[in-house]
This record gives sequence, structure tokens and C-alpha cells, in this order.
Amino acid sequence: MNTVHLELVRIGKTFLDEKLGMETCAIAQIDLKIEKGQFVSFVGPSGCGKSTLLRIISGLENSFEGEVFLDGKRILKPHNEVGLVFQQYALFPWRTMCENIEMGLEIMGMGKTERRAVAKEYIRLFGMEGFEHLYPCQLSGGMQQRVAIARTLIMNPKVVMMDEPFGSLDSQTRNDMQEFLMDLRQKRNDTVLFVTHNVDEAVFLSDQIVVLSKRPARILRIFEINCSRPRDRTSKEANDIRREVIGILRRERMDTSPVGS
Amino acid sequence: MERYIPLLVLLCLWQALCSFGIVASYVLPSPIEIAIGFWDLLTVGMPPGHLLYYHILYSLYRVSLGFSVACVLGVPLGLLMGWSPRFHNLFSPIIEIVRPVPPLAWIPIAIVWLGIGIKSSAFIIFLGAFFPILLNTASGVLAINPILIDAARTLNATQRDIFFKVLVPGSLPSIFVGMRVGMGVAWMTLVAAEFSGVKEGYGLGFMIMTARDIQRPDEILAGMLVIGVIGFAVDWLFRTWESRIRLWG
Ligand SMILES: Nc1ncnc2c1ncn2[C@@H]1O[C@H](COP(=O)(O)OP(=O)(O)OP(=O)(O)O)[C@@H](O)[C@H]1O
Ligand SMILES: [Mg+2]
Repeated sequence: MNTVHLELVRIGKTFLDEKLGMETCAIAQIDLKIEKGQFVSFVGPSGCGKSTLLRIISGLENSFEGEVFLDGKRILKPHNEVGLVFQQYALFPWRTMCENIEMGLEIMGMGKTERRAVAKEYIRLFGMEGFEHLYPCQLSGGMQQRVAIARTLIMNPKVVMMDEPFGSLDSQTRNDMQEFLMDLRQKRNDTVLFVTHNVDEAVFLSDQIVVLSKRPARILRIFEINCSRPRDRTSKEANDIRREVIGILRRERMDTSPVGS
Repeated sequence: MERYIPLLVLLCLWQALCSFGIVASYVLPSPIEIAIGFWDLLTVGMPPGHLLYYHILYSLYRVSLGFSVACVLGVPLGLLMGWSPRFHNLFSPIIEIVRPVPPLAWIPIAIVWLGIGIKSSAFIIFLGAFFPILLNTASGVLAINPILIDAARTLNATQRDIFFKVLVPGSLPSIFVGMRVGMGVAWMTLVAAEFSGVKEGYGLGFMIMTARDIQRPDEILAGMLVIGVIGFAVDWLFRTWESRIRLWG
């Protein structure tokens, strides 16, 4: 159980704008080892490189420094063993809910009746029955987000990454989605990398919180949270960690040393 | 119903101007005369024996031929141009040179190459419809959110999957826009192409030119009306077809 599952070795990323001849260093250097079944949150200032980090791990970026290993194998291109739920849902507008969820299975070459049956299962699990033939534009934000998560989980990836999945939801829907995610984890025990701006959310959900610096991102501190689940959002441990994380982030914001140095 | 009142008033006024002899009927026939002209086109034909029905069929035949070829070439080429910057780079100079030439300016050379007949008119129609279809399709592909391509890639999509499952459906709305604009241009081009002669003796453009030659303004106007109504009907068919296929927002 305590073996390294996902390993990031000296990850760095600099964007090069060829037109302006400008370089933007998004990630300075990140080393991280993640064990199987862990729920790891990343928090950090806006624009610090969190989405970029997830894109690198998913294999979508084709030029970066360092190496990403999944079970000892290097990740070089996108693969359905590493799922990514995008910050902007990224649902296919021309596909119904059901067809969106089935997309990965369809690409795998699974037959129509078979994949429909699997999709139905996920639609039930996510409490979305009755909406399966609607298009994304006809669904609420919370439901779109669940479709995006279902579309990723249906592939049973070894690592599930979610990029601020609840960022644009109202706080009630957000709480519901957090509870939902926790229930889901009890059933599936996925390894999850979760990006969020919301420290409360990170404390409520995670086994580990990785606090990132402002751009270019590096790891400032890693918190281990061992409280039992289901968690009480207002318990003392939760509050202590929350206060500490917020303190680090505030100091990081105040610090005005030049970016990218 | 209110919206039809101005039109009705206009028609009455027009009829009155003609009935009281204020406008000569060889300049502007009255609505009633045009209706009779329409009846003559249906029953007598212009030139006599060449009934309206056949003119319509021949015109539609020419348009369908030129338009289908424009779709068959324009849509795949547009998809490729939107998909591959390299392909775009290679082809856009040719397109930028050919596109500004009005399709009608091709009529003389088309007749030299293909003779007067279905081939040359279909070729002109093809030229009119091809560019709107090509360019709309290409810009439709370019407008697809790159995040959707990334999403497909994380689901293990191959280039082929991305092409058929993301780029094609994603650009469908633009393809339809291209086809509707292309059809509009095709229809305009058709009538002009038929002005300059047809071999078969049929075609709506040919019909109204013949009516002009023998001084039948009533039949000219009735013919123009028919051309407009068919153009509208074809566009309506496309819109209906699109709403059947494109069910999303
Ligand atoms: N394709 C790109 N080209 C150039 N610069 C980029 C590109 N993508 C991201 N960046 C830059 O890299 C930095 C990190 O971006 P990223 O999207 O990873 O931040 P983030 O932490 O996810 O931000 P947010 O919290 O707002 O989602 C930003 O300064 C951004 O402007
Ligand atoms: Mg982001």
C-alpha cells in the first residue's frame, strides 16, 4: 500500500511566446511522490501553474523539464490511465450527457449496447437519471460538472485529476458535490489529484495538501491530514490546518519579490 | 397578420397605378397581369411549348450538380485546412488568388473549355458555391475550443478519432452556414449562367431572357418571382434539415 504510485521528478515548465519572444516560467521545480489511493489537493495563488502541472501529468504538454512516472513507467503522451477533469468542464456540446460519458468507451471500440449499459450505471451512480438525453447546454453547472467527472471515471483511470472542478458552483451545490465526491471515494478508492482555490474544500477532502508558491510554482509545504472521515468541517484539527494554510498563502501573496527570479 | 398589411397596401397601390393607366403595362405590368403571365408560363410555356415546370427542373438539376460537387470537395478540404496548419499554408495562396474572381467572370473561359451546356453551367455554379463552403468549414474547425481536443486526447483518442468525433461534429454548424450561403450564391450564379445561353432550351434564366426577347414583362416578373420563391424554399429546406441534425444549443 505504501509504494509510490505517481512520481514527479524535477518538473519544470517555461512557456515561450514566439511572437513576442517572451518567456513565462510557470513551474520552477516540483518533486513529489504520491501513494496509491491518496487524495492530494493542490492549493496556490491564482495563475501559479496548477493547471499546467495537471496538463503535464496527463501527458498533454509536449515540452517540459523533468519526468513523470506512473507505476515506474514514464508518461509521455495522453493515456486513459490518467484522467483529467478540466477546469472548464470541456464537454462535447454536440453529444448528449450519455454520449459524453460514453466517449472514452466508444474510442476504446466498445459496442454500443455494452457501453450504453456501463454509462447507465454511472448515470445512476451520479444521480443523473432522466437527463441522459439532454445536451450539455441544457444541464445545470453542477450537473455538467458531474458529467465531466463521470466521463473521466468511467475509464477507471489509475490517477484521476480534477482542476478546480467546483470553482464555478454556488456554495450549496459545492458542498453537495464535495459530499458526493467523498461518498464516491468510499466506493472506489481512486488516487485523486485535486486543484482548488478553496482551502476549506482542500481540508475537507484531502489526505494531503500541497501548498504551491506563486508563479513559478514550487512546493512550499505539504500537509498530511489524518482525521477520520466523514469529516467535520468545523473540528479543531481542520481549523488548525486551515489557519496554517491560509497563513502561508497570505504571506506568499504579500511577498513582492520579482516573479520568475 | 399585421405584418402583411404594408405588403397588401403596396400591391393594391401598384394595381391601381396600372389600372388607371398611370404606369404603362409594357414598363410595369400589374399584379393581375403578372398572375396571368404566371399562368401562361405554366400552361403555354416560354418559349411556347417549354413549360415552367421543365425550366424549374433543369435549373434545379444544374444547381444540384454544381452544388454537390462544391460540397463533396469543399467540406473535406475545409476540414483538412482547419485541421492542419501545414495544409492551410499550402493551399491558402491558391485560394486567395482564385476566390476574388467573380464566378460570372469565368463564364467565357468555361464555355471555351466545356462548351455551352450542363458542364459549363455546373462549373460556374460550383465556383460560386465552393468558396463559401470551404472557408466556413475551415473556420468552423478553427473555432473549436482546443480544450475539447485535449479532452478527447485524455480519453485516448487517435488523430482519426479527433478528426471524426471532434472536428467533424464540432464544425457542423459552420458547415451548414457554408452550405446555405453557398446555395444562395449558387442560385444567383445559375440564373446569370443561364442568361448566356443553354443548349437544352430550358432553365429559369433562359426563360426570362426569352420573355425579354419577345417583350413579355409580365412573364419576366412572374419568372423572377418563381426564382425568388424557389431560392427561399431551398434555404428553408436546409434550415429544416439542419434543425433535424443539429439538436444541440
Ligand atoms: N499556453 C500558454 N502559453 C503561455 N503562457 C501560459 C500558457 N498556459 C499558461 N500560461 C501561463 O502560465 C502560468 C500558469 O498558468 P496556469 O493556467 O497553470 O495557472 P493556474 O494556477 O491554473 O491558474 P488559475 O488558478 O487561475 O486556474 C500563467 O501565468 C499563465 O499565463
Ligand atoms: Mg487553472
